[in-house]
Order: sequence, then C-alpha cells, then structure tokens
Amino acid sequence: MSGQRTVSLRFPRPAPAWLKSLLMLVGLVIFNGVLFVFGGWKKNWIVAITANFVGVALVLEWMTAYVSARRLSAYERALSIGFPIAMLVAWELLVRGGVLSATWFPPPTKVARALWDLATEYDRFNKTSLLGRPWLIPQIYSQQGWAGVKALFAESHLWATLMRIFAGFIAGSIPGLIIGIAMGISRTMRVMLDPVISALYVIPKITILPLMMLIFTPFGETYKIVTVAISVFFVVLINTMAGVKGVEPILVEAGKNYGATGVRLFWHVIIPSALPVIFAGLRLALGTALIVIVAIEFVRAKSGVGYITWYYWEVLNPPKMYAGLIVIMLLGVVLTYGLMSVEGLLMPWQRRREQRQVIEVPEG
Amino acid sequence: MSKKITAYKVTKIFPSPRGQVVAVKDFSLEVEDGEFVCIVGPSGCGKSTFLRILAGLVPATCGTCAIHRSPDAPPGKPLNSVVFQEYAIFPWKTVRDNVAFGLQMRGVPKKERFRIAADWIQRVGLKDFADCYPHELSGGMKQRVSIARAFANDPEVLLMDEPLAALDAQTRAVMQEELLRIWESDRKTVVYITHSIDEAVLLGDRVILMTARPGTNKASFTVPFPRPRDLSLSSTAEFAQLTYGIWNLLQEEVHKTMEGRAR
Ligand SMILES: Nc1ncnc2c1ncn2[C@@H]1O[C@H](COP(=O)(O)OP(=O)(O)OP(=O)(O)O)[C@@H](O)[C@H]1O
Ligand SMILES: [Mg+2]
Repeated sequence: MSGQRTVSLRFPRPAPAWLKSLLMLVGLVIFNGVLFVFGGWKKNWIVAITANFVGVALVLEWMTAYVSARRLSAYERALSIGFPIAMLVAWELLVRGGVLSATWFPPPTKVARALWDLATEYDRFNKTSLLGRPWLIPQIYSQQGWAGVKALFAESHLWATLMRIFAGFIAGSIPGLIIGIAMGISRTMRVMLDPVISALYVIPKITILPLMMLIFTPFGETYKIVTVAISVFFVVLINTMAGVKGVEPILVEAGKNYGATGVRLFWHVIIPSALPVIFAGLRLALGTALIVIVAIEFVRAKSGVGYITWYYWEVLNPPKMYAGLIVIMLLGVVLTYGLMSVEGLLMPWQRRREQRQVIEVPEG
Repeated sequence: MSKKITAYKVTKIFPSPRGQVVAVKDFSLEVEDGEFVCIVGPSGCGKSTFLRILAGLVPATCGTCAIHRSPDAPPGKPLNSVVFQEYAIFPWKTVRDNVAFGLQMRGVPKKERFRIAADWIQRVGLKDFADCYPHELSGGMKQRVSIARAFANDPEVLLMDEPLAALDAQTRAVMQEELLRIWESDRKTVVYITHSIDEAVLLGDRVILMTARPGTNKASFTVPFPRPRDLSLSSTAEFAQLTYGIWNLLQEEVHKTMEGRAR
C-alpha cells in the first residue's frame, strides 16, 4: 500500500530505548572521564553535575518503556525515594573526594551521627536536652511522680518550640477565624476593617518582636507567643475572609430555599464551602509560625530548636547545626501532615477528589 | 379545582448604574392544583427573575404573588422547592445528604429522612451512587440529584428553572422521559421554565409565552395531549402543529431581542 510506504519513509523506526540508554550511559562515562583526566571536573562541576543529572534522568525516562502500567507507580515511588538517597550518597562522596569542604558541608554520615548525639545527650551545663530524654520517663515517674516527668519535658528543646507554636497558633487562629468569618459575611465590616488589615498584613511579622518585648517585658514566654499569634492571626484572617466571601451565591440561595436559615445556613452551607480556603490559610499560618518562632529563638531564647541551631553555629559545630536544621525540617513536615490529616477528617469530599501535593512553607 | 399559584401584575425593576432595568413587567399567572405549567420566552426576558420572585428569593417591585397552602397540608410542609439551572447541589454533601437536605432542615429524624431520600434516589436511578460526592457524578446525574432533592422535600409547588438546559441532547431526551414518569406518578403543581418549545409541549399542561424584556404575558396555549405521555408524542403531526404555532409567536419576540442587542 502506498500509505504504508509514505509512513515508513517519513518516520524511520526510532532506536529502541535500551539502545539509547546504553549510548547515553557510555557517553556520560566518556564525558566524565575526559573532564576528570584533564582536571576540568572540579572547575566545571556545575556543568558536569547538570549534564550527568539530565543524562541519568533521560535514561530513567526511557526505561519507563520497559515498566508495565501496573508497576509504573511503584517505579515512580522508587525514583522519588531513590533520588534523595542518591543525592546524600553523592554529597558523602563529594566531601570525601575533597570537592566539597568537609567543614561547611559535613557529610551526611557525620550529620546523622550529630543528630543521634543531639537526641541522646544531656547538656549538663545548660540542663537541657533535645527530646527531654523520654526513655527516662518510666523510671523518673516511679521515683518522683508527675513533677519529675514535667521537669523532663521542661528540659526539652523540641517541647519548648512545640509549645510556643501551639500556643501561638491557637491564640492567633481562633480570633483570625472569628473576625475573618465576620468580615466575609458582613460587607460593612469588611469595608471598615480591610484597609487596616491590609496595611498591617504587609509588615514582616518578626519586626514586631521589639514592640512585643516592650509591651510584655522581654522575659518569659509571653512576648514570643504573642508574636507568633499575631503572625498567625493575619494569615488566617485574610484566608478565612476570602473563603467565606467566595461562597457561591447560588448555593446560599439553594440553602435558603430548602429551609436553612441563620445558624444552619452557616454550618451547612457557608462554612463547608469556605473550608478548603480556610485550611489553606491555616497551613500557611503554620509555616509562618515555624519561621517566626525559629527566628525569635535565634535571637532571644535559651531553649528551642532555633536556639540550638544558632548555638552550634556560634560554637562552630556544623554537624550539629545541620542536625538542628533537620529537626526544624522534620517539625515542619510533621506539623503540616498533622494539619492535613485533620483536613481529611473534616473535608471527606475533598479527600476523594485529589491526592494532596507536597507541602510548601511560605516566607515569613 | 383550586388555584395553587396566583401572581398578579408582577413587576421587577433592578437599579443599575446606567439607569433602571425593567426585568419583568405586569406578568400575571394562575396555576391550578396539580397543573404542570411551562413558561417559554426569549433569553433575558425575565423568566428566572419571575421564578425567583415566586420562590421568595427576591422581592417583587410591585404586584402580588402567592402560593396557596392546601387546607389539609401537614404543618411544616414547604411552600416551594426550586430546581436550579446550575444544579446548585452541595459539593460537600453526599448524594444522600443532598437529597435529604430539605427534610433535615425541617427537622425530620435521620432514619425517616434517609428512607425518603433512598426512595427518591432510586426513582431517579442513582441507587448505586447514594454515597458519592457530586464531583464523582456526571452533569446529568447531578441534575437528577437536584430534581430528587426537590421532590423529596415534598413542597406545595415545584419550581424548575431550565433544569435540562445544560445537558447534551441525548441525556436531555432521557431526562425528559424520566421527568414525565416521575411527575405522572406524583402530580405535583409545577412551574417549569425552558428555552425549548418541544420540551414545553411534551411536558406541560399549559405553555405560557413571555414577550421580550420587559417580560409580560404574550400568549397561553393549552396542551391537549393525553397522559401518560412519552417521547413518541413529539413525532406526531399534532405535536408539530402546536409547536409550530407557538414558535410563530415566539419568533417575533426573539427577533425583538436580537435587534435590541444589535443596537
Ligand atoms: N440581580 C440583577 N441585577 C440587575 N439586573 C438583573 C439582575 N438579575 C437579572 N437582571 C436582568 O434582568 C433581565 C432578566 O433576567 P433573567 O435572568 O430573569 O432572564 P431569563 O429570562 O431567565 O434569561 P435566560 O433565558 O437567558 O435565563 C436581564 O436583562 C438581566 O440583565
Ligand atoms: Mg434564566
């Protein structure tokens, strides 16, 4: 048939994926070898790493041709777990090979070791520990009762930060929710408060710390918690207002037509409709709270994960500083996932709609 | 037979920055108990506005408008339930909770309202979807939920605003037959707005024609075809004759609307 001939002329059969991949891998080996032999690898490491990454990514993509549809999600999961591990390995090798400075970029094994030390050590001088030595709880409880357990919690940096975040988050988000809802419903209130809120919102929240120290005395926890609460308040308020304001008028009409008035209209129509935006606001607020509290702990605290991270910078102990960063990161991830599981419980109709994306932490 | 709806010289004027918009002007309508009345008119002539006034969602500027309660109606029986053109079912409620919504707002106990909802869900053919959320349904299925919600609420009158307009031709034909079947087993008073003359004649006992904006009464046609009806009716000569007669009158109004737009 003539059609067949045209097709075979215009589109020569593409090279099989395994052949392309093999050629690419050979090409990468030659590329790296040449760079290495002529001593250009270290000088051109940005180009070299980019080229290697693109090459490997292409090979992995071509390889999907050999992955059955059923296995595809497992394959993708393996990639998304495998790549970070590969990065850690690369980091380790780059440091050991002398490409990266071991002083500023301690290898992952060293950071892991530091993290382990940080989690298990008790700082006799400051009378603190990262986790509050939870393995001592049974023994202390039998000796000293609840007071002893409380003392254990009090020595924990992680617990200190958690409590500040919780207190600030609750104290900020509840008024944020209430005022946001009121402003979403009432046009008059919105018109009156909007300029004020918009003006205050753009202030970077950490800059009110000196003011809070002035008002609430620069000692104790109050001024820290209030600063976190105020940062949380604005984010929650603005999102709640947007969510409530954005309720579809036709759904409100439907609610009214089917007998929902007052409080019932509120619970059955307005709140569920606004919930996705409200939760987006709460998630942003949680990220903001974490940033603000860490910043406060950098400059003003004698406890908390922000404090230890800063402390190990001051005593020039990079592995432990990295360990502090990891603890902060884990804290952010755990808190966000906690909030997202609450979201799933409260919004079952959203849960089935889509798989959640990765969390983002906003600028404070 | 008793009058169920009496609307007398209903007028609605919307204020707007460029002066007033008269959406409906002196529109009158009387509907008997158990009657299925269809309102047809050119786009933008004020049909939805009139329906919203009838439903009590917006006040009329002048004129009177009332839905009469049957003397033997149980207390708490709602006056009207609207089937909205845009479905307007709640995305955060399952099909079952959506259909039972009106009953829930009236304080009907859970068991009872779920029993009624289940019955209506079955009658609109969504039995396997009772626990689904609206985003899991197609457009036609969503509209069936909306219709079931209205029927389950068991109001004095049903007000439907172009309920099938957003559907494709095949789905609409299926839904017209389903609507006939459901209504003929229930015989509720219905005011039904539609763009389609065929649909109006197929479903209605009477077809009311509205003029271009401002919408007033243009003509009224009685549909003589016996019930139960089905889609085969639309291929008869009498059907074509009646729809053609209505179209002849409506045409003038549509032209008026188009000229108004062009200017
Ligand atoms: N809230 C409002 N404010 C101002 N004008 C309005 C409002 N609602 C409707 N109108 C105007 O009233 C007129 C009638 O609107 P309506 O929605 O009742 O038309 P309709 O007959 O339902 O049209 P369609 O068949 O296209 O749905 C339109 O010209 C519209 O612009
Ligand atoms: Mg309309």
